Amino acid sequence: MSKRIEVNDLNVYYSKFLAVEEVSLVIEPRTVTALIGPSGCGKSTFLRTLNRMHEVIPGAYVTGEVLIDGNNLYGPGVDPVLVRRQVGMVFQRPNPFPTMSIGDNVLAGVKLNNRRMAKSDADALIEKSLMGANLWKEVKDRLDKPGSSLSGGQQQRLCIARAIAVEPDVILMDEPCSALDPISTLAIEDLIEEMKADYTIVIVTHNMQQASRVSDRTGFFNIAGTGKPGRLIEYDDTTTIFSNPGVQATEDYVSGRFG
Amino acid sequence: MSLTRTTAATAAPLTNSLTAGKLPRHSPLIVLLASWLVTGAFFFVLMLSGAAEGFTIVGTLFFGTVVYCVAIFLLSYYVEGVRKAKDRLVTALVTVAFVVALLPLFSLVFTTLVNGLPAFLTPSFFTQSQRNVVGEGGGALHAVIGTLLITGVATLISVPIGLLSAIYLTEYGRGRLARAITFFVDVMTGIPSIVAGLFAFALFSLLFNDPGIRFGFGGAIALTVLMIPVVVRSSEEMLKLVPNELREAAYALGVPKWLTILKVVLPTSLAGIVTGIMISISRVIGETAPLLIISGFTASMNYDLFNERMMTLPVFVYTQYANQGADTQSYLDRAWAGALTLILIVMLLNLGARVIARIFSPKLGR
Ligand SMILES: Nc1ncnc2c1ncn2[C@@H]1O[C@H](COP(=O)(O)OP(=O)(O)OP(=O)(O)O)[C@@H](O)[C@H]1O
Ligand SMILES: [Mg+2]
Repeated sequence: MSKRIEVNDLNVYYSKFLAVEEVSLVIEPRTVTALIGPSGCGKSTFLRTLNRMHEVIPGAYVTGEVLIDGNNLYGPGVDPVLVRRQVGMVFQRPNPFPTMSIGDNVLAGVKLNNRRMAKSDADALIEKSLMGANLWKEVKDRLDKPGSSLSGGQQQRLCIARAIAVEPDVILMDEPCSALDPISTLAIEDLIEEMKADYTIVIVTHNMQQASRVSDRTGFFNIAGTGKPGRLIEYDDTTTIFSNPGVQATEDYVSGRFG
Repeated sequence: MSLTRTTAATAAPLTNSLTAGKLPRHSPLIVLLASWLVTGAFFFVLMLSGAAEGFTIVGTLFFGTVVYCVAIFLLSYYVEGVRKAKDRLVTALVTVAFVVALLPLFSLVFTTLVNGLPAFLTPSFFTQSQRNVVGEGGGALHAVIGTLLITGVATLISVPIGLLSAIYLTEYGRGRLARAITFFVDVMTGIPSIVAGLFAFALFSLLFNDPGIRFGFGGAIALTVLMIPVVVRSSEEMLKLVPNELREAAYALGVPKWLTILKVVLPTSLAGIVTGIMISISRVIGETAPLLIISGFTASMNYDLFNERMMTLPVFVYTQYANQGADTQSYLDRAWAGALTLILIVMLLNLGARVIARIFSPKLGR
C-alpha cells in the first residue's frame, strides 16, 4: 500500500517565476513528513507537485523528477489522473461537494469516475472510510444529508474520508487543521497517527507543536527574499530539527525568533 | 451589600446618555397621509374657486409626495437630528423611485388584462386559428403553436451550442481563440434583432434559391442568433462562480477533467444555468421583426416548421393591430389577448425556472 517518494533536483515554476528551487529529498513509506516554513516559501507549491496538481494552474510547470516507488511522475506518457488516484490530497479549506450527500461525498472518487458498485459494497466502503476518518459515529444517522451541513471540522474529516476511500498509497495534506478548533485538530492528529500504518503521509503545517507531535521527519523551507525562490533548507528527523538543527535559520524559525 | 446598592442607585444617571429624540413608529405613514390630504384640499379649493378645471388625483399624489419628503425631513430634523433626518429623506426618495419604477409594469399588466381578457376568455381563442375569420371570433391557436415550436427549436439549437461554448471558455479556453470567441459573443449580443431576421432570410433564400422564402425553421435560426450570446454569457458567469477548490478536489481524487466538468462543475452551477436559459428564452420569445421577415404571417394552422408561413404570437398581435378589418374592435381585442397570452407564457417560464432552480440548487443547512 504505502510507497516511497524520492524527489531529485526539482524546480517548480509559475510561468517564468521560479517558486521552488532545487529540492531533493527522500520520504520513506509509512512515515509522516512535516513541511514547515514561513508563508510564501513554496510549501504548498512543492506539495502539489507530488501528485501533479501543480499543473492544473495555467502556465505552471516543473523540471526535475519525482519518483514514487521508482516510477517518475514526470516521465513521458505519465497520466496525471492515474498519479492522483495513488496520491490523494486534503486541502487547507474543507471542500465537500455541495451537490452531494455525506455518503456520496465519501464515494465521490468512485461515483465521479463512473464506476459501478454494489449497494452493499458502497455501504461498506462508506462505513470503513468514515471510521478511518473518525467521523462515523457523528454522521452515521444522516448519511443522506448534504455534506455542507457539517461543521468545519467534520467537513475536513469528511474530506479525509473521501481521500482515503479511493485507497491511495500516499496522502498529502496542506494545512489540514488551520481552520479547525483544538479538539478537531487533535482528532485529526490522532487520525494521522493511525493512518501512518497504511499510508505515506506528507503534511504542511504552520504549527510547530503539530509538526513535532505527528511527524517522523521534518523539512524546513525558507525564502531568501520576496521574488526569490523557496529552498529546502534542512530535512532531518523531527527530533533533530526541533532540538538540534544543523542550520541557524532552522533554529531561529522553530524557536520562533523569526518568520 | 447595602453600600453597593446605594452607590449603584446614585450612579444610575437620570437620563440615559445614549437616547435621542425619536419619532413615533407610524409617523412616516401619518405624515404621508397628511401631506396627501393637504395637497388634496389645496386642489379642491382651486377647483371650487374655478381656477382649475377639476380635481386632479395624480397632481394630489405627486405634489403630496413631494410635500411628504420635505415634511418628514423637517420634522425628523427637529425631533431626531440631522443624521436621522437625512436617513428618512433618502428612505423616502428610494421608496418613491421604487414605486415609480414599478408603475409602468403595473400599468402595463393592468391594461393588458383589462383589454385582453374579453377575447382571451372566449372558448375559441385557444382552439381555433384565424382561418376564414373576418369579424369576430376565431382564435390564436396557430400563433401559440408557432411561438412554442419556433422558440422551442431555437432553444434546442442554442442551448447546446451556448452551453458548450461557455464550458470551453471557462474550462479550456486560453489565448487567442478564447479571446476571439469572447469578442464575437459580445458583438453578437449587440446585433439588432431585425438584422438577425435579415441574416436568416438571406441565408435561406440563397440556399434554396427562393427570394420569397418564408418558413418557421428560418425564424428559429434567427432567434438562435439572438439567443446564443445570451446563453453563453450567462452560463459562463455561472460556471465561473463554481469555486476552483471543487475542481481541484475532484482532480485530487483521480477524476479526469471531462468527468469533473460533467459531474461536479455542471451540477453545482445548474440552477444558475437554467435561470440564464429561461431568461434567454424570455428575451427571444417576444421578438417580432425577425419572425415577420423570415416566418411571415398566416391565418391558418401550420405544424410544419419546414413548410409554409408560420404565425407567432408577437406577429399575431402586430397583424391584428396593423390589418384591422371592418369589425375593428374584435381585431383589437384579439391583439390584446395575444399580448396577454405572451406575457402569461413568459411568466410561466420564469416560474418554472424558479422551481427548477430551487430543486437543483446545492442544498445547505441540515
Ligand atoms: N497560482 C499562482 N500563480 C503564481 N504564483 C503563485 C501561485 N501560487 C503561489 N504562487 C507564488 O509561489 C510562491 C509560493 O507560494 P505557496 O503557496 O507555495 O506558499 P506557501 O509556502 O504554501 O505559503 P503559506 O504558508 O502562506 O500557505 C509565492 O511567492 C506565491 O506568490
Ligand atoms: Mg500554503
